[in-house]
Amino acid sequence: MSDTSTDLLHQVASSEYKYGFVTNIESEKAQVGLSEDTVRFISAKKNEPEWLLEWRLKAYRHFITLMESDAMPDWAHLNIPEIDLQAISYYSAPKKKPEYESLNEVDPELISTFKRLGIPVQEQERLVGIVVDVVMDSVSVTTTFNAELDKNGIIFCSFGEAVQKHPELVKKYLGRVVPYTDNYYAALNSAVFSDGSFCYIPKGVRCPVELSTYFRINESGTGQFERTLIVVDEGSYVSYLEGCTAPQRDENQLHAAVVEIIAMDDAEVKYSTIQNWYPGNAQGVGGIFNFVTKRGICEGDRSKISWTQLETGSSITWKYPSCILKGDDSVGEFYSVAFTKGKQQADTGTKMIHIGKNTSSTIISKGISAGNSQNAYRGLVKMTPGAENGRNFSQCDSMLLGDRCGAHTYPYLEIMNPSAQVEHEATTSKVGEDQIFYCKQRGISEIDAIKLIVNGFCKEILAQLPMEFAVEARNLLAIELEGSVG
Amino acid sequence: MLEIKNLHVSIEEDGTEILKGLNLKVGSGEVHAIMGPNGSGKSTLASVLAGKDGYEVTNGTVAFCGDDLLELAADERAREGLFLAFQYPIELPGVSMSNFLKQAVQSVREHQGKEALTSGALLQMMKEKAALVHLDPALKSRSVNEGFSGGEKKRNEIFQLAMLEPKFAILDETDSGLDIDALRIVADGVNHLRSPERSFLLITHYQRLLDYIVPDFVHVLMNGRIVMTGGKELALELEEKGYDWIKDETTQLA
Ligand SMILES: Nc1ncnc2c1ncn2[C@@H]1O[C@H](COP(=O)(O)OP(=O)(O)O)[C@@H](O)[C@H]1O
Ligand SMILES: [Mg+2]
Repeated sequence: MSDTSTDLLHQVASSEYKYGFVTNIESEKAQVGLSEDTVRFISAKKNEPEWLLEWRLKAYRHFITLMESDAMPDWAHLNIPEIDLQAISYYSAPKKKPEYESLNEVDPELISTFKRLGIPVQEQERLVGIVVDVVMDSVSVTTTFNAELDKNGIIFCSFGEAVQKHPELVKKYLGRVVPYTDNYYAALNSAVFSDGSFCYIPKGVRCPVELSTYFRINESGTGQFERTLIVVDEGSYVSYLEGCTAPQRDENQLHAAVVEIIAMDDAEVKYSTIQNWYPGNAQGVGGIFNFVTKRGICEGDRSKISWTQLETGSSITWKYPSCILKGDDSVGEFYSVAFTKGKQQADTGTKMIHIGKNTSSTIISKGISAGNSQNAYRGLVKMTPGAENGRNFSQCDSMLLGDRCGAHTYPYLEIMNPSAQVEHEATTSKVGEDQIFYCKQRGISEIDAIKLIVNGFCKEILAQLPMEFAVEARNLLAIELEGSVG
Repeated sequence: MLEIKNLHVSIEEDGTEILKGLNLKVGSGEVHAIMGPNGSGKSTLASVLAGKDGYEVTNGTVAFCGDDLLELAADERAREGLFLAFQYPIELPGVSMSNFLKQAVQSVREHQGKEALTSGALLQMMKEKAALVHLDPALKSRSVNEGFSGGEKKRNEIFQLAMLEPKFAILDETDSGLDIDALRIVADGVNHLRSPERSFLLITHYQRLLDYIVPDFVHVLMNGRIVMTGGKELALELEEKGYDWIKDETTQLA
């Protein structure tokens, strides 16, 4: 690659994080460190019923056995520094009581946070009817109220509120898809999760608006452990959006979330994520460790779960949104763009577990690596013995910007039914000097050329996002790509 | 418009000298053809004028409308009104023609102090210019050059030329690989774009293009230099006799 292109790609690779401000909101934090007392403290703070405390404690004890047997997962293509779990505060809540009837009552600091985050809350309330739940640090701050949801019997609230108001639903489904024994971080999350979102769509309801949650880590020295539980009953539909940002800090902060989705007969869930946690600086100092377990089960026949993600943030990402295709004729989809730069590391992908008959899954993953970053796709397609006529199509494309970054693809196949059909395609390309020159010869600047080419590469994924989100995604990608070109 | 003096160019990678003291002067509104055997450096000349990386100018100057062309980056040259129709157009997967042209046209217009076109005006312009080279207007939603036939790619280059309205256009073997109908379409398009303010440099292997686009001058490029210059009849002579006789003449001169 030519000098100018290389320079530019290096600049691209080290462009600044735009969401790194800290919001000055008074908060209440748990004592630093992890112990049974921490778990009890959180549970008491949340005024939780006994069964939930018990569940947390079981998770905690399981986690301790994992920790003692040194069972932190190490199979990913990641270089994870030692994380001192005793140095983290596991609960942090804005002090002012987070219950609002309207936006006017919301702490003005929070409103300005939204503004800086580029979340047009008021706009959304007024126009698009997106219902937003904002999880600031560990607790849910505001769920903008929407009468239309109520009318349809849709429940969309913070996890904590769901525990109080709909304990039977939470008890029935919590841990169904991601049990606390699932993995190291899921166990930790189950013990100390402090809030998150809950959503229930009753039978035969097509959720009329997009439901949206914004996660933000604000406090220093805290971790964020939120839990999302989405249950979509027979014949229903919901589109769910999730966005995340965090301030710029020199320390690494741990984010270990769990998302569980349950789709009954003929239900459809579309879950979209824009993950933009602080990635650390160009030297790799600071940034969020994003260790997330996301899984959905197509419980019912003809149900469908579709994951779409744009991953640009976090210093380390470890994340595999997956589908268990249990119902006959159920469908799982995974569409992903992962962009890494600086010293970021991402190991992301999916698992498609085919159990029912005539199940099908599609995986399209686009990895873009710049700077000194490492970007891995890891995916499992499993056809269990009963998965008669299972189908999978996987396509994993990687693009390299510059010559100091890495792209890796680890596809795993476990085929236990001879009628299954699995197709896999993979490509790796470099943003060609020829492509950049072609654009420049038409008067397009080098940075705009790179943006065009990268956007083109991701096009089919971004097209999966709901409209407003797609615009945001494209802007974010553009900001990420923008260097300090004069 | 364009004046090249004693241009020496080497391949950056291995230092091989390709252009060895090339001189060429193109006035406003003129059409010059450059012919020469394969590997004589025609595409190298086009690339160097357009500002492609990978070449080193070791000697000589290029003035473009009074400016030092070699000082400008490739995108600046394009915005100043220099256009290259590529011998092998590049594919941009996922980048729609309309998005690509919008960015190109707007950045060129902005630089030239022209007002930005509205989306409607731009679409209208695309429609008109596409018709000029008989391109399907539906191509605007297709990815740049991806899945285009050889002929479509070449016509697409002329379409872009028409959209960007350059002062100086280089066509690098736009005629190669075209059947006679497509050649006629491309030539008609180019003839339509000829004007007293716009000059052309036609790089070609075959004189048949020059039956349709009649040049003011024909140059022969051999061994990195313009070794002969004539009128349009020189092309016919080359067609008939090949290049060997020129070699003889020039060696005699040397
Ligand atoms: N980027 C390059 N790297 C190495 N050799 C090159 C490069 N560009 C051109 N050349 C060489 O320079 C010579 C002239 O090539 P070119 O300008 O493409 O000729 P023409 O267009 O007249 O056929 C050839 O020998 C070719 O191999
Ligand atoms: Mg050539």
